[in-house]
Amino acid sequence: MSYLWAFIVGGLICVIGQLLMDTTKLAPAHVLVIFVTLGVILTALGIYQPLVDLGGAGATIPLPGFGYSLAKGVIKGVNEKGFFGVFTGGIEATAGGITAAVVFGYMMAVLFNPKTK
Amino acid sequence: MKRQTENKKRYQQLVKEISPKPHYIKNCTWAFFVGGFISMIGQFIHNSVERMLNLSHLEATNATILIMIFVGALLTGLGIYDRIGKRAGAGSIVPITGFANSIVSPAMEFKREGYIFGVAARMFTLAGPVLVYGITSSVLVGLIYYLLK
Amino acid sequence: MAIKRIGTQTIKFVNPPLLISTASIVGPKEGEGPLGEYFDKVLSDDLFQEVSWEKAESKMTKEAISLATNKAQLKIPDIQYLLGGDLLNQLIATTYAARDLQIPFLGLYGACSTMAESLALGGILIDGGFADRVVAATSSHFSSAERQFRFPLELGNQRPLTAQWTVTGAGAVILSEKGKGPTITHVTTGKVLDYGIADASNMGAAMAPAAASTIVSHFSDTGFKPEDYDLIITGDLGIYGGEIAIELVRNRGLDIMKNYSDCGIEIFNGKKQDTHAGGSGCGCSAVVFCGYLYKKLVEKKYRKILLVSTGALFSPLSLQQGESIPSIAHAVTIECN
Repeated sequence: MSYLWAFIVGGLICVIGQLLMDTTKLAPAHVLVIFVTLGVILTALGIYQPLVDLGGAGATIPLPGFGYSLAKGVIKGVNEKGFFGVFTGGIEATAGGITAAVVFGYMMAVLFNPKTK
Repeated sequence: MKRQTENKKRYQQLVKEISPKPHYIKNCTWAFFVGGFISMIGQFIHNSVERMLNLSHLEATNATILIMIFVGALLTGLGIYDRIGKRAGAGSIVPITGFANSIVSPAMEFKREGYIFGVAARMFTLAGPVLVYGITSSVLVGLIYYLLK
Repeated sequence: MAIKRIGTQTIKFVNPPLLISTASIVGPKEGEGPLGEYFDKVLSDDLFQEVSWEKAESKMTKEAISLATNKAQLKIPDIQYLLGGDLLNQLIATTYAARDLQIPFLGLYGACSTMAESLALGGILIDGGFADRVVAATSSHFSSAERQFRFPLELGNQRPLTAQWTVTGAGAVILSEKGKGPTITHVTTGKVLDYGIADASNMGAAMAPAAASTIVSHFSDTGFKPEDYDLIITGDLGIYGGEIAIELVRNRGLDIMKNYSDCGIEIFNGKKQDTHAGGSGCGCSAVVFCGYLYKKLVEKKYRKILLVSTGALFSPLSLQQGESIPSIAHAVTIECN
């Protein structure tokens, strides 16, 4: 059952992204920025958590999930460290992902070359 | 001047009529299935690592993201990810694997310009804005939360 | 008194310069296209044994010029001017070729209209008595253009249906005051027009007004009728841009529907090759002219054609600043005799 919900929630988030790109002049970069920011805001408003509970990876793998982790991290940071947590919480919660993106990204870029289409 | 803007408007109307519209249904179907499929693989990885490595739910989520980023980066290096993206559109852009793709593709492309100004500097041409807006908005949320608490 | 001018934007040559030879080099995808057999050289790898696509593009230009010179039984020092350009910043593909060739060089930028621009200026140099032999050469390369104007190759983005595919190819034409070959008889220089299209993936639509305006001016200046031409061929308007241009010309009372075509439509098989609206780039009208059209002119399959190379004069910077895309088109009349 968790797979089905992951599929549906993840798929629907992507459809929203597709509609944004097809019906407006937004480029992929715009859509990604909007999704991350939206993930942060929806989590802060308590709207994204139910989606994560329902969809699991379907809500955490798409980019709003990155916003979700940032927002959850920052709230946890504030709870534990007070004001300082405002600045450390977000990155602390997403440190793994960001580091992986940098390191794996660099590694693949060194190893491989782009192919002409 | 007024006539000119009118001409432009009329021309843009003509362009709109002649230019083909995107295939909304086809694009959305692809986005749904590919995006859903990637999420399902994520769920599978999540469940597997949670069970096999005895991780907490949060740890498993983080581990899943690491693995997905690795896979996205690898598929980009192998020249497969852009072929998925051509059909899937947002279905492969929006998942975290697409974020990895947006980092690896410019980094690889600008290797000839050197490892500092090429690879390292270009890595964040597309992913940079995501980090900037994601982190900044999370700080704003944290600040509001701190003040309200 | 400019005795060679007719009308508002057109030149009529008194001693029409001859196009004594051409050469074209294309990438693998262009070689697989419908015009594949007409090109002199089809690369199997579009890196052309170089380390970067910019170098590959430069090498294509250089080879195309050498090949055209050889075909005319000339040597490089016989050529008195090299006129040409490409799409890359500061024209690096052409200038690096010119560095190696050591032909007196005039670099031109007209985006994808550069082929017609070079031919026009080459013709002017010859008819004016400033040169005996001139080479006009332009190039573009899918991978070098893509990284400068759009996205990295491996980025998983979708190309809209109106998007065009930059042609990998270089073409060179030798113009001479004597010899054998088709001649350039008229040149209509275009104005920069902008109808407010700001979508870089719909360049056909951005360029169509410029093409239409140049075509209309050409006919009113020369008194020719569309039927006088066997072919009126634009540079890279693509399927939709071409349709718009025909419509715009019709609004001005001329019907070019019957003998109209577009180099960008001819070079690829859009359905099979997934090139969407067609080919584009400086190389597009260059290789279609140097490869296909020139041979048809020499065989006298076409007696008189109007080549209208079209260029979108934007930069990634101007687009990011919210500017729309200005464009230009130059027309040259080429007749076989």
